[in-house]
Amino acid sequence: MNFFASFWPWYITGPLIGLYVPVLYILVNRHFGVSSTFRDICAAALRPGARYFQYNWKEHRWRLVFVAGIACGGFIGGGSLRVPAIAQISARTLASLRNLGVADYATLIPGDLFSLGALGTLRGILLAVGGGFLVGFGTRWAEGCTSGHSIHGLATFQRASLVATVCFFAGGIFSTYVLLPLILRLP
Amino acid sequence: MIMLIVFLLGTFFGVILCNGEVISWFRIQEMFRFDSFHMYGVIGSAVVVGAIAMLIIRKIGLRSLQGTPIVIEPKTLGRGTVYGGLLFGVGWALTGACPGPLYALAGSGCAAYAVALLSAIGGALVYGFVRDRLPR
Repeated sequence: MNFFASFWPWYITGPLIGLYVPVLYILVNRHFGVSSTFRDICAAALRPGARYFQYNWKEHRWRLVFVAGIACGGFIGGGSLRVPAIAQISARTLASLRNLGVADYATLIPGDLFSLGALGTLRGILLAVGGGFLVGFGTRWAEGCTSGHSIHGLATFQRASLVATVCFFAGGIFSTYVLLPLILRLP
Repeated sequence: MIMLIVFLLGTFFGVILCNGEVISWFRIQEMFRFDSFHMYGVIGSAVVVGAIAMLIIRKIGLRSLQGTPIVIEPKTLGRGTVYGGLLFGVGWALTGACPGPLYALAGSGCAAYAVALLSAIGGALVYGFVRDRLPR
């Protein structure tokens, strides 16, 4: 029980995630990937007119079952981890974020940026709504995210996934050093 | 039966993302600032373990539970890989969550991330409508 109530080192977390690549191929003969479910949800729930959504999403029902599981796992795991994580974060990152005005270090997520209250602020909206939109739009354009490209794609030696992963990091670094400081200056 | 296993695997995946701190906005910031090895260790060891397992599967000719041969699904390289990849990277650093963690955080009851997840679905919806006009 103690195992589930504590944080795991990378050499436990990483290999466990890596095993999802072979396990999903064996179980459903499909590749590990999460972001394709954004499209599935649109196709299943909204039935949009665009051609992109005219496909048999029911063939990929396993993905929706998988992400429903992830949400359930978040409910279980997130609840048992309501403890300060700050002891584990590098002092340099913390100093940089303090300089940018991030104030709440009580949990894994800064509450002053991501909370119901923060959604009433311009910066909170830009981070959650703007950031979320780019995650959905970008992963569909790139046809994969961290799981599909950076883990499944790299583990199966795919050139597209190497390009994608380099771009993920280029975008992330630009966002961290250029956009985030601007957004955090907003009310 | 398989769907039940897939659901339980998804549930365990959500727990892994939480206990491994992959859902932490601070950890993602730390990664993009190159201040810690943690996330590189997570992604790097996941790739190594996944690659070794897939090589073993190919070597012994393992089949899926349905009895079909396991064929690696190809990812196609195009301009969309670059443009989409860059946009996703920007969003990843802002939300501190890629798609897996978005589901886990929404499930953990965090309202801001439930909104971020809905917005991501909205992003896919908009992409579906403008797709034909974008370079791919």
